[in-house]
Amino acid sequence: MRSVTFTQLIRETLAAELRRDPSVFLMGEDIGVYGGSFGVTRGLIDEFGPERIRDTPISEQALTGVAIGAAVAGQRPVIEIMFMDFITLAVDQLVNMAAKLHPIYGRPCPLVIRTPPGGGRGYGATHSQSLERLFAGVPGIKIAAPSNATDASALLQTAIRDNNSVLFLEHKLLYPQRFDVEDDLPTPLPFGFARVAREGEDLTIVAWSHQAFVAERAAAQLATEGIDAEVIDLRTLCPLDIDTLAESARRTGRVMILEEGPKTGGFAAEIAAQIMEHAHEYLEKPVRRIAGADFPIPSAKNLEAACLPAYDDILALAREWMG
Amino acid sequence: MDTIQAYSLMCMIRLFEEAIERLFLEGRIMGTAHTCIGQEAVAVGTAAAIEARDAMTTTHRGHGHFLARGADPKRVMAELFGRETGYSRGRGGSQMMMDPAIGFFGANGITGGSIPFATGVALDAKLRDTGRVTVCFFGDGASNQGVFHETLNLAALWKLPVLFVVENNGYAMSTPTARGLANPHIADRASAYGITGVSVDGNDFFAVRDCVAQHAAVCRAGQGPVLLECVTYRLSGHSRGDPRVYRSREEEAAAWENDPILRLETRLKADGTLTDATAKTLREKAQACVDDAIRFAESSPLPDPASLQEDLFA
Repeated sequence: MRSVTFTQLIRETLAAELRRDPSVFLMGEDIGVYGGSFGVTRGLIDEFGPERIRDTPISEQALTGVAIGAAVAGQRPVIEIMFMDFITLAVDQLVNMAAKLHPIYGRPCPLVIRTPPGGGRGYGATHSQSLERLFAGVPGIKIAAPSNATDASALLQTAIRDNNSVLFLEHKLLYPQRFDVEDDLPTPLPFGFARVAREGEDLTIVAWSHQAFVAERAAAQLATEGIDAEVIDLRTLCPLDIDTLAESARRTGRVMILEEGPKTGGFAAEIAAQIMEHAHEYLEKPVRRIAGADFPIPSAKNLEAACLPAYDDILALAREWMG
Repeated sequence: MDTIQAYSLMCMIRLFEEAIERLFLEGRIMGTAHTCIGQEAVAVGTAAAIEARDAMTTTHRGHGHFLARGADPKRVMAELFGRETGYSRGRGGSQMMMDPAIGFFGANGITGGSIPFATGVALDAKLRDTGRVTVCFFGDGASNQGVFHETLNLAALWKLPVLFVVENNGYAMSTPTARGLANPHIADRASAYGITGVSVDGNDFFAVRDCVAQHAAVCRAGQGPVLLECVTYRLSGHSRGDPRVYRSREEEAAAWENDPILRLETRLKADGTLTDATAKTLREKAQACVDDAIRFAESSPLPDPASLQEDLFA
């Protein structure tokens, strides 16, 4: 075992995949000598050179479209969109081209789009959003949203080897976190299998990405109060492991879903609906969402905190249910 | 491809597109399609100039490009009829067909959407050093999309082997170039990226063929990309059911005088390559090819809706 940051393990995983398969290359803004806005690709250019750690102009739509074309022609591009907010500039290429390649044309498109969502750093309304909801309703794109370094490495390997487009979320608050990991990289993890991060009988907390990290902490706190919370970390939003969710919902009868993005129109609503479809007769309480405010994420620290889901709300809801 | 083959192919594309318009009116095919009547010399001139290893992407108005590149007319027609035997098994329709086996990478129905895609195919060629040139077709309308600028800058920066061929057909749907382009000479934009920009008479098969051959060689030599503007005219309406209220019948009549097929035929007859009798025979053969395609399409099975779930992911 060793202790590494999320950033370090992503970097090691990218390097391993670049060594394993010559058709893998990285492309994005300032990922070369600069090493990426969050330093994830730092140093990779020294080993792999500027052809495979490819800096692009600030042109999200072009770089995404170029990656899609290269993928269909036989490459395995891994692109970095510096902040998830900037993916809006590439939505046409992802929605109208990448997502259509297999279902419509019958062609594989082995593409990975790595991007950091999330607030908590005071970056303001256009550098803090969680926009996975924009893609969850677009059939043809897979979405991975790991909450820890080992899962991130295992899922990233799968994403790079997958023959479809994968949106890969690396929450910016996870980057500096340290995790205990095995000395070797984990083996690839198939998509569509949620992780039961903590088993429990009283209630179920469903989350993904950084919120799953938060949920584990909340469950540990609740345990000290005698509340036995189960935590389900989705790992991938598409495909969604509804079986594990429904099984847990049937067993605990109480489900809360955490989502960092605004409550209205979010993915938590989709999960709630699917739990109703699969397990409503077992529910002791209505499914509840703890989500971000329906407001753009402000910059000031206290205002930003007011717009992100609150840790204390998780504890309060659990206590209300079990009190 | 010799000039007689080019003439036959242009006739077949014309007759194919006329058949599409008729089939819509008869209610035999549904949805929509954009025909390339009047632009056949661009498609066939380009196809005649490039090599088998080369690649091509197209636009929403892409049947002609695909057929010129060597698509099976039966399978293109079957796609328009929504049949299992179509290139996209009925999932794509007129605007979404692809056949990488013949170096054809299609379009996606979004104006300008294929510009970066084509450039990605060219990046692959450069990374693997295959000597492949990618021809990227788009229209005057697409040249106003932001992605045109982003991609040409990037392609020029990386010296990618891509030949950007803009078919300036006078209209972006109903908007004439005079109301859509601040500078009507699209080739002029090349200077902004430090690349070669050339404008050519897109209704002259020979001019297109020779110009594409010359500039594809430039791209192949690693000195690309190149922006080639083919000035042509969309004799057909924008799409099915376009009443063409934005232009006069007199303007159209004048444009028909410049019909690229008529021009090629006149020239081939003048130099003795083609006789009236041969031309008639070739047109009849082209018509038979289109008729066969329609028969094939109509007799092909419908796709099975149950197969859709299996097709979502590779």
